[in-house]
Amino acid sequence: MASDSLIDWDKHNWIAPPVMGRGELRDIKKGIDGSFRSFTREYGEGIEDFFEPLLEFLVFFEKLLIATPWPIIFIIFGGLTWLGSRSWKMVVGTILAFSIIGWLDMWKDTMATISMVSVCTLLCIVLGIPVGIWMSRSDRVQSFILPVLDFMQTLPSFVYLIPVVMLFGIGKIAGLFAIVIYAIPPIIRLTNLGLRLVDKEVLEAADAFGAGKWQRLMGVQFPLALPNVFAGVNQTIMMSLAMVVVAALINVRGLGVEVLRAVQNQYLTLGLMNGLAIVAIAIIFDRVSQAYGKRLQKHRTGGHNG
Amino acid sequence: MAKKQDVKISIKNLYKIFGPKADLYMDAVKAGLSKSDLLEKHHHVLGLDNVSLDIPARGIQVIMGLSGSGKSTLIRHINRLIEPTSGEMIVDGENVLSMDAKTLRDFRRFKASMVFQKFALLPHKNVAQNVAYGLNIQGVKEDDAKKRSLKWIDRVGLSGFEKRYPSELSGGMQQRVGLARALATDADILLMDEAFSALDPLIRTDMQNILLDLQTELHKTIVFITHDLDEALHIGDNIAILRDGAIIQKGTAPEIILKPSDDYVADFIKDVNRARVLKVRAVTTKKKITNGPKIEASQTIENALQILAKSKFNSAIVTEGGEIIGSVSLEKMITTIARPKANEDAHGAYS
Repeated sequence: MASDSLIDWDKHNWIAPPVMGRGELRDIKKGIDGSFRSFTREYGEGIEDFFEPLLEFLVFFEKLLIATPWPIIFIIFGGLTWLGSRSWKMVVGTILAFSIIGWLDMWKDTMATISMVSVCTLLCIVLGIPVGIWMSRSDRVQSFILPVLDFMQTLPSFVYLIPVVMLFGIGKIAGLFAIVIYAIPPIIRLTNLGLRLVDKEVLEAADAFGAGKWQRLMGVQFPLALPNVFAGVNQTIMMSLAMVVVAALINVRGLGVEVLRAVQNQYLTLGLMNGLAIVAIAIIFDRVSQAYGKRLQKHRTGGHNG
Repeated sequence: MAKKQDVKISIKNLYKIFGPKADLYMDAVKAGLSKSDLLEKHHHVLGLDNVSLDIPARGIQVIMGLSGSGKSTLIRHINRLIEPTSGEMIVDGENVLSMDAKTLRDFRRFKASMVFQKFALLPHKNVAQNVAYGLNIQGVKEDDAKKRSLKWIDRVGLSGFEKRYPSELSGGMQQRVGLARALATDADILLMDEAFSALDPLIRTDMQNILLDLQTELHKTIVFITHDLDEALHIGDNIAILRDGAIIQKGTAPEIILKPSDDYVADFIKDVNRARVLKVRAVTTKKKITNGPKIEASQTIENALQILAKSKFNSAIVTEGGEIIGSVSLEKMITTIARPKANEDAHGAYS
């Protein structure tokens, strides 16, 4: 190759930085791989057992969604859209989108994807909000967690999937890890930010009236941070949807699997249809959660309680 | 003055140094290190400099100073929103600064409530919920809290606005909510941190009168922070003037006007309408006279001058509660209300 012939590397070995001995490097890699493998052998089963209930729930929820007759799903999703957005237009749009998805025979995959994304989002909220709260209370904790979040968002997901797959094998749990690690940072960040942005004077007032720490957090600080927290939830949903194709690579059922099949076989229409189904779900989730988030801060614009 | 009032809040040698190593410089400040030296050499700010003040019960104590004088810092020491570097804060015989977390919470819940300059209402709660906030924190039952908060909403003249949110109200109305919220807890100490400073002048006078009206009936111990001298003179039973974190004069309104302790205070009060602030009592002499109109000692000099001018006499008989306590001459009143040229004049007028 041209680049090889440009420089005689043996003569000019000062151009590249010094390299560790080849043997030593191999030993290090081998050592770490070996110890992780023996860790997997030793504790893999125990860890798998620990996550067994979660796996069962994932399977159950997916089966439940797929087994539910479509009119009931329509009513549930239509109802949720109404509760979130209070807009008939959005309800009609949701029903229409699901009708088309059903008509084009993507119903089961869509249900599988929605079940996976819902469980992951729920897990992100349950884990992410407390971490965000913890972070907002101490600059030390914040300075420690922020780089971890950067890591989680930028490290290629396949890299952290290697140990996960070694531990759990390919499947739902590994997929769940991939999605949660990728999707949890926004909710942590925005919970932290939202809590920190709450007006100091209002918090001082809560203190002055003798509010305890919990009363202050739950009665004043968190409710006032809710619009930001909700923006975080919205981002988390979007990011977990973005991960369904990666999840498909490790054998998680859903629309991603079809997209992957289309990519491998160059089925243009199949890829487009499943891709658009993901987009449709994303838009519905996004609009509904955003509308809900906006309604949460009605008091700011001086409107009456909706 | 009347009999000595009982002391509700006693502030003793209070110091506050802002900065990471405040304790380190405490002794040096006590030994006389100045505020500017502390700032220049050690980059620490002296917030309060040996403040001692006895605040009588059931009166309005005004603490006045320009911005940066430490007045907001001082009031936050009373309910310990700010920790002092050194000193004592005795309220009803108990040192607030040595309370544990729970006792302090109870102190804030039941003993001292606060009104804030920028209202600090809870934006996500409506008027009724805001006023009931202190009661909720106290653990008062929902129904009871609602009843009590509605009473106070009515008292501050906000009936009909219970369901409105703070963002829908004008500044004056928001501060009425703030006042009602503070009164609803039935705390006997009311801390008001520049409570009316953010309001426009007409609304401010309005709020001052609402406060004075309520006070004639409630007799709370009110600590009122302001930078506005007219406000201080209007509502304060006692006034303390703060500069650079230290109290430079304390006394009643006439005492401060007639006997400013230094040039700073004298400069401060030079534009005050003295006739409207000073009462006849301050210029009464013991000399008994028989001819002349009778004037109550609690009247302002402004009113007394009007009465005297119409009566064609040169002196008036001063009464207090119907009893004659002395007399006052036209000349005395006029010289008293003249703007002092320098310190000595002011002292002279008082003697």
